[in-house]
Amino acid sequence: MPYNLTVNGKSYAVDVDGDIPLLWVLRDTIGLTGTKFGCGIAMCGACTVHVDGMPVRSCILPVSEAAEKPVTTIEAIGDTPEGRKIQQAWLDIDVVQCGYCQSGQIMSATALLAANPKPSDGDIDAVMAGNICRCGTYPRIRAAIKLAAQG
Amino acid sequence: MSIFDRANLAVSRRQLLIGASLTGAGLVIGFKPHPAAAASEPFAPNAFIRIPQDGKITFVMPSVEMGQGIYTAVAMMLAEELEVGLDQVTLEHAPADPKQYANPLLGDQITGGSLAIRGVYEQMRKAGAAARIMLIGAAAREWGVSPDACKAEAGHVVETGGSRRAAYGSLIAAAASEAVPQDVPLKPASSYKVIGKPAHRLDSPEKVNGTAKFGIDARPDGVSYAAIAICPHFNGKLRAVDEAPAMAVKGVTQVVRIEEAVAVVANNTGAARKGLAALAIEWDPGPSASVSQAELERQMDAAIDGKALPHLNEGDVAKAEAEHGPVHEFVYRMPILTHSAMEPMNCTVHVRPDGCEVWVGTQIMSRTRQAAADVTGLPVEKVVVHNHLLGGGFGRRLDVDGVILATKIAKQVSGPVKVTWSREEDIRHDCYRYLNYSKVSAVLGPDGLPLSWRHRVIGPSVMARWFPGFTKDGVDLDQMGGAESPYAIPNRQTDFARHEAPDGMLTGNWRGVGATRNVPPVECGIDELAELAGIDPLDYRRRLLQHKPRLLAALDLAAEKAGWSTPLEKGKGRGIAVAADFGSYAAMIAEVSIGGDGTFKTERIVCAVDCGQVINPDTVEAQIQSGVVYGLSAALYGRITVENGAVVEGNFDDAPVLRINETPPIEVHIVPSAEAPGGIGEVGTPGVAPALLNAIFMATGKRLRTLPIDQSDLRRV
Repeated sequence: MPYNLTVNGKSYAVDVDGDIPLLWVLRDTIGLTGTKFGCGIAMCGACTVHVDGMPVRSCILPVSEAAEKPVTTIEAIGDTPEGRKIQQAWLDIDVVQCGYCQSGQIMSATALLAANPKPSDGDIDAVMAGNICRCGTYPRIRAAIKLAAQG
Repeated sequence: MSIFDRANLAVSRRQLLIGASLTGAGLVIGFKPHPAAAASEPFAPNAFIRIPQDGKITFVMPSVEMGQGIYTAVAMMLAEELEVGLDQVTLEHAPADPKQYANPLLGDQITGGSLAIRGVYEQMRKAGAAARIMLIGAAAREWGVSPDACKAEAGHVVETGGSRRAAYGSLIAAAASEAVPQDVPLKPASSYKVIGKPAHRLDSPEKVNGTAKFGIDARPDGVSYAAIAICPHFNGKLRAVDEAPAMAVKGVTQVVRIEEAVAVVANNTGAARKGLAALAIEWDPGPSASVSQAELERQMDAAIDGKALPHLNEGDVAKAEAEHGPVHEFVYRMPILTHSAMEPMNCTVHVRPDGCEVWVGTQIMSRTRQAAADVTGLPVEKVVVHNHLLGGGFGRRLDVDGVILATKIAKQVSGPVKVTWSREEDIRHDCYRYLNYSKVSAVLGPDGLPLSWRHRVIGPSVMARWFPGFTKDGVDLDQMGGAESPYAIPNRQTDFARHEAPDGMLTGNWRGVGATRNVPPVECGIDELAELAGIDPLDYRRRLLQHKPRLLAALDLAAEKAGWSTPLEKGKGRGIAVAADFGSYAAMIAEVSIGGDGTFKTERIVCAVDCGQVINPDTVEAQIQSGVVYGLSAALYGRITVENGAVVEGNFDDAPVLRINETPPIEVHIVPSAEAPGGIGEVGTPGVAPALLNAIFMATGKRLRTLPIDQSDLRRV
């Protein structure tokens, strides 16, 4: 049975098993490769997308649970006010290095800012601790979130 | 000295001959490494610069971008001499072609050893300058004026004191018939407008909006998706598998068996992973099935006092020991480490009867191409490698085992197939930094300063396999890098007790290579000697570094910025580590606190670095922060264990890495320098563990000599 997905405002009917994680449907079936695979067990945050406005780890979310709900990925997060601010702060501070984890970092940071417009260091750590970066961009992630919160 | 720092490999100006040609793509400027060959080929198709008639100028990147900022730095060097703005260029990955794109210091198309900038600093500026001279020459000829009456600015040639102005694109046909300048003068550093000034990374926008393409994002037409299970046991093989449970999964099209692995192919990776999970695979664990961690560590311990091959021998260590005993001896034990790049290993391959295409992100282009040729039996010319951005390298992508596996699988698949490793496969089939032990022994003179230094390096030889030219008489020169210490000690002796990982366990290069291996024992050892001598560890190092002014200056700057002389409250400590490698000089001071309950916290890391001429100061700061975080992960958590001939850990739950909430403030201070540029990508990592261990000693009086730091040990203090 095909599932109806709404990703970044566009509709897709995808014919996959319902327990296939949303991540692979986004990346392979739909072709939105900005969302990344990192661990497959919701430990690294690279696959973070928004479903119904909430950040979720798409590597463990069955596609059946994302059906009929608005899904937003890195490719369209700039259309939201918080996403735009976060992306601009990432550019201003040059957060990225290899960049692989940054889609997930930005999706988590955007959700943080939407829920908490003036996050403290502790708030930032609590939310962003779910996203691993092996290049060690953490100091700049912190700085960029604070910059975005000012803007 | 690190792996690639061979003194005689400096680029000779005479070895560089400039070739230029007008191709369909525009004016192409490049260098040819062999003058004899180049003399008869005036217009080689190699290129770093492509100037089209209209639109943006393309810079072709000879090194790969894995986060270290090399694309931006190379563009800055080219732009500096070509006189274009960074906003006027686009970047392109170089194809596999070592004749054109080899790093001049390595003689091969390799990105590693923190050698990219050192290798191409002169080459890139000359490429830019040669193009500029030809464009100016073309404009001057068209205008009937002397080239001296023209200058270049922002992608245009302008007539000095006149009104004429021509965009580079309008000059390409004329420029191609200009004589190729053979002796290209370069700007003095004092005239730099781009180099040395902070520049935004050119790869930021695509990495912020999700459009950046890593190897794992390759989607050639008709691609299918494979999940792979590699035999978990070193050198083990596939015995049997019933493919039916996988084939029953929707979307699965094929189960591929190769000697050491099973792959499930599907129309999406999720289905492939589901199919793979459904299989009951029988493995033949092979001869390593009984290998255990305890046994591996026991073997390493036995090697500490076993046979070793001599390396450095200065003065007379035995005599100094006999005359000035007692001999103080310390043994340091370092664990097995993974790279754990965020982008799991992956490779997409399309094998056809007449050719093969590979889509991957690799640090080692030519070996990637050769690997696919070897597996397919095709001539190497029939293999096309499409390189991509790397989602982290750290040395993992200097090996081509992933390319070999993917190509073996692709041989059985119709059309291109993307093989994506799970995180578990990535951790259990890494090219590991293997167990490394060190024994340091020294005697002290009457003034408390060391009179002798003996360092036995126990561990594998990665170079024996990976780069045999960097071994000498059986000694792995990378493993020995810095083992003798930077300190002025009159009698020094180092030797190498080679002890390999079990058969089938791949060992490889890991960020910081020899320096990360040897700086911990050296910097912890010197700290222990300072303690024995009753001398402040900063003062001790200063006295022993008077002959190394650049390292000393970095140390002094770090000490000043860290407030070394200001007292700390109880439970806090500071520790120092210095490292001279990759052509750069770094000093690091860690500040830690140990709570009453033994809770450990890294409060702050201060790093001072002299990396010679800075290309992009913003990248220097980022790379030091990066190296420090990588080093912190290893020092606090890095430890892979082996049982039943297989790696136990498999994901970020049991093989954790540092997260943002554990990351201290990291201060980076640059020592201004006009010396030749040094590397920076690995400079931040080596000093972290010893600085932490030395800080823990200051805070607790306890010497930890085994990594990773066992925080339960601190609770017992």
